[in-house]
Amino acid sequence: MSYLAFLSEHGPTMLLGTVMTIKVLICATLLYVIISVIFGLMRVSKNPIIQGVATGYIEFFRGTSLLVQLFWFYYVLPFFGISLEAFTAGVVAIGMNFGAYGAEIVRGGILAVPKGQWEGAFALNFTPAKRMRKIIIPQIFPIILPPAANLTVELLKATALVALVTVVDLTFEAKQINSITWLSAQCFGTALLIYYIISRFFLVPFLRWLEVLAARKVGKDKI
Amino acid sequence: MNAEWRWDFTFEILPKMLWATLNTIMAAGIGYAIAMVVGLIFLLGQRTPFKIINMINREIVEFIRSTPLLIQLFFVYFVLPQFGITLSAWVCGMITIGLHFGTYLSEVYRGALEGVPKTQWEACRALNFSTIYTYRKIVLPQAFPIAIPGMGNYLVGIFKDTPLLSTIGVAELFHAATAVGGYHYRYLEPYTIVGLIFLTLSIPAAMWIRKIEKDVNLAQGKIKKEKV
Repeated sequence: MSYLAFLSEHGPTMLLGTVMTIKVLICATLLYVIISVIFGLMRVSKNPIIQGVATGYIEFFRGTSLLVQLFWFYYVLPFFGISLEAFTAGVVAIGMNFGAYGAEIVRGGILAVPKGQWEGAFALNFTPAKRMRKIIIPQIFPIILPPAANLTVELLKATALVALVTVVDLTFEAKQINSITWLSAQCFGTALLIYYIISRFFLVPFLRWLEVLAARKVGKDKI
Repeated sequence: MNAEWRWDFTFEILPKMLWATLNTIMAAGIGYAIAMVVGLIFLLGQRTPFKIINMINREIVEFIRSTPLLIQLFFVYFVLPQFGITLSAWVCGMITIGLHFGTYLSEVYRGALEGVPKTQWEACRALNFSTIYTYRKIVLPQAFPIAIPGMGNYLVGIFKDTPLLSTIGVAELFHAATAVGGYHYRYLEPYTIVGLIFLTLSIPAAMWIRKIEKDVNLAQGKIKKEKV
């Protein structure tokens, strides 16, 4: 079977899988961004309990494998009476895992804001909350976006794992087609290409655009 | 299904899991060794004066870095036999992990080499050192400490990605947990034990790397102080 014939027969199925992959990507990215901000802020808190909770969370999720966490969410949580759908389990596991990595990036970004800015805000009698919201956080975007962009590309790659807990994404479809047709080179090759195209021509340019936008907002045109 | 933790079951399966842990550590070690060599090859491709090789090298690295390890594993495992090359799951897994993380390590090497100040090169040129001598005696000793933290991080990274090998049937820790869980139809203990074993291995490793990083930074600072 020629490659074109393969595409015309199985292409639509692969596209459906791609849509699911993108759905997982978007949901997991939203979740990981929220978690990173919350735990990143907790990580720089002066309260030892809050800081301890955040450190524990980060060490726990960075210390274990994403696949183990995914399987734990999907196969073990039902023992405790919490049954998650495959899609939810996948998104939650990926979001929480990458949130731990993202929290460290946020923490690094907050600590990288020059000390004079903190002192200036203090001298102007800003409350701690206002100081964070109005002075520090707007300045951390150009610092954290480059590493966060790398992390988001990693997240796109990690979405392939949700296929192992029966989410019907691109990887799942590729495996399925492979087991029907045994045209391994075609189906896995196509899947690899689709991931590459999403990352190289959609995700990365979008993230670069965000970086430029953030840099312009604080008046640093050059990154 | 009940949520009760069964200790007798835990102790029954624990020896099996600990044995499988050895396989996981071995897989990570071998994969890392291959990745270090592959990283060097990609680094050479990056630094050759031929523009075409540079470009091809960059595209290959870019491609491997932006596609999931899982599908690369499937690709190597299922496609190679079609061309008459039948490799065991172990070999496939090691090759794929080596290739995948080799691209990351090549970036670490590159960053380390570029971290050596240009003036060092110029000084060597002024002293009429040969290129090989410059690398061996001046550049590499300075580049190595810069590379250590990145290399350490990817060692832990490989270790945490070894569970993926279970999908092509490599009998490592996660594979053992799935097998035990399927046999007894109890997933609570096996998967939790896997998580705990990963934690007990990777947190000390991460702390150790952070300590080395600190030492290296101190050493770097010392070098600067001596110069002044």
